[in-house]
Amino acid sequence: MTDLSRSDERLLKASLITRILRRPELGALAGLVVITAFFAVFASDKMFQLSGIMNFLSPAAHLGILAIGAALLMIGGEFDLSVGSMVAFAGMIFAASITLISMPLWLAVLFTLAFAGLIGWINGMIVYRTGLPSFIVTLAFLFILRGLALVGLKAATRVQVAMDKAELSSEPLSTNQLIHAIFVENGGATQQRGLAEKIEPGFWSELFSGDALEGLFHWLAEAGYTATFKSGLPKVTGIPVEIIWFLLLSMLATLVLIKTPLGNWIFASGGDPEAARKSGVPVSQVKIGLFIFTACCAALVAMLTVLDAGSTDAARGKQKEFEAIIAAVIGGCMLTGGYGSAIGAFFGAIIFGMVAIGLTYTQIDQDWYLVFLGVMLLVAVTFNKYVRRYATGEK
Amino acid sequence: MKRVASTIAGLTAGLLMTGSAIADSHETHIIVVSHGQANDPFWSVAKNGVAQAAQDTGANVEYRAPETFDMVAMAQLIDAAVNQEPDGLVVTIPDAAALGSSIKRAVAAGIPVISMNSGSDVYESLGVTLHVGQDEYPAGVAAGKKLAAMGGKKAICVNHEVGNVALDLRCSGFAEGFGGNATVLPTSNDPSEIKAKVKAALESDASVDTVLTLGAGTAGEPAVAAIKEIGSSARLGSFDLSPGFLQSVVEGDAAFGIDQQQYLQGYLPVLFLVQNARHGLMPGGNVPSGPNLITAEKAATTIAGAKAGVR
Repeated sequence: MTDLSRSDERLLKASLITRILRRPELGALAGLVVITAFFAVFASDKMFQLSGIMNFLSPAAHLGILAIGAALLMIGGEFDLSVGSMVAFAGMIFAASITLISMPLWLAVLFTLAFAGLIGWINGMIVYRTGLPSFIVTLAFLFILRGLALVGLKAATRVQVAMDKAELSSEPLSTNQLIHAIFVENGGATQQRGLAEKIEPGFWSELFSGDALEGLFHWLAEAGYTATFKSGLPKVTGIPVEIIWFLLLSMLATLVLIKTPLGNWIFASGGDPEAARKSGVPVSQVKIGLFIFTACCAALVAMLTVLDAGSTDAARGKQKEFEAIIAAVIGGCMLTGGYGSAIGAFFGAIIFGMVAIGLTYTQIDQDWYLVFLGVMLLVAVTFNKYVRRYATGEK
Repeated sequence: MKRVASTIAGLTAGLLMTGSAIADSHETHIIVVSHGQANDPFWSVAKNGVAQAAQDTGANVEYRAPETFDMVAMAQLIDAAVNQEPDGLVVTIPDAAALGSSIKRAVAAGIPVISMNSGSDVYESLGVTLHVGQDEYPAGVAAGKKLAAMGGKKAICVNHEVGNVALDLRCSGFAEGFGGNATVLPTSNDPSEIKAKVKAALESDASVDTVLTLGAGTAGEPAVAAIKEIGSSARLGSFDLSPGFLQSVVEGDAAFGIDQQQYLQGYLPVLFLVQNARHGLMPGGNVPSGPNLITAEKAATTIAGAKAGVR
């Protein structure tokens, strides 16, 4: 008679502590606690008031949406270094389709997502067909998209000027003039403005811009539950909509990873693509799908920031590709793929937002920001490594 | 024993005094949010101005800027500043659309706001009290006229901060003042890239005889090196100053530098806001901090200032 649980290690019950230590997001959660404690001691108490929390959650949300995409892709065993440039590129497409073509907002949103998705698909197809590392392929797109954003923005602003001229002379813009403005003329600005006037308030603009639950927060401030400025203006007018998107996307990604076959496919594709393929996982489709998803995440951030700012420029999203990967790594994703979590990236992005904004609430000179960031990254990944080694017994 | 007691008493008194000194300096709290990267030599001078004003007034002054030219991040930094309810806020406004709502929020919260460096065209519509800076378009025109008068026929304008409207204005003003053929060369703010691109532009088109750069340390110095290395005879003018670039002006390798005196852009708004917080004082209009064309005659005296970090 053999004891089953002893003969097969897969049936062994791990202790609660070991099970917690095995979670990839533990390191990020611990990091969040440490960083929060740091700022609780060194920062002005205004940082952890409601207005301060909204303030650092907003950049965290922008980065977090990118980081969720990056995390899923990293678990699937690939990188996308083009997401930062994609923010500028998709922002340019989005702004141009609203200001120049006068698309209604819902159509512009779908158009931008489709365009971004197409580029994600191209990224994925090149990786799949050539077998080149995604690191290199998407690095190329980092430059291509950043350049296209600049070229496109300048052309778009030239067309805008031509259209304004045509409107003044009340003659429609001829195709010749249009082609001349795009291909022949010099100049143009690197910033596209004038979105605010073009957007009709309604369901779609509520979905992508401004605050949610404004009524509630207005009431809270009036009733004296939340802080106001000396002038009586409420400090917080609602939850910025990007935070809601960030929460929803994190939940969705976590559900997919943990509860669905697709989640298993993603882990398998990143862990051991050959074994996964042999067990019937459509590895290349999964990976291409993840590239498309990551690009769409970047497009979502582009649209949120463009609508929020009412403008776009050629420098948007710079370095965001690295920040997104850092957030995912702090969140426990491994560069080798097959391991990680979306919730970890969620915490990683919040840590990032706290550090980015938190320093302004302290007396620490801003020049130290990058040093701080690098040290934090190093501490987080080292911590992750030791915890994982302890939990899994790997050497 | 007695000695120990008196030492402790002395130390305590000393601590109390520093304590009260800190309390005094916390009395007036000013926050400066700029778009200038900390690694840009130009902005370190403006930051020196801010630091000097803090020292001269004894006020608690904080300087904040995003790590890259990032308008979304800058708006968030302004929001963070407003949440701390300072006695005054200094901002740069390179993109009024992106920063407008954050600046308006500061004004609505009852915080006096002064804009500096960029934003002369929009500060009023945002409720900003006054602007300290250089009008970019006319300064560009002045540079263009000067370089055309020196015999320039075909020019490139090197834009190292693509996305900043103030720099777009400088280039378009330059094109207007220059009159002839002027094109824009977009680059990053990396000096070695700027050098390579200027080299390429001059080599690929030998008829280019004039180069305008929009920042002396970041773009002007690499452009000087590029012109020297390929033995071109192109004339070079640059916005802003740096010790190296001024030396080139003295030696005749560059024609002039346009000083917008950004030290004052950091210094004056802080001074004004501290006076406003303490005594309700405020100048009645904008303060033009530049342009001041620095040619070879003026350059030698300016170099000392540049080395001291005030020019």
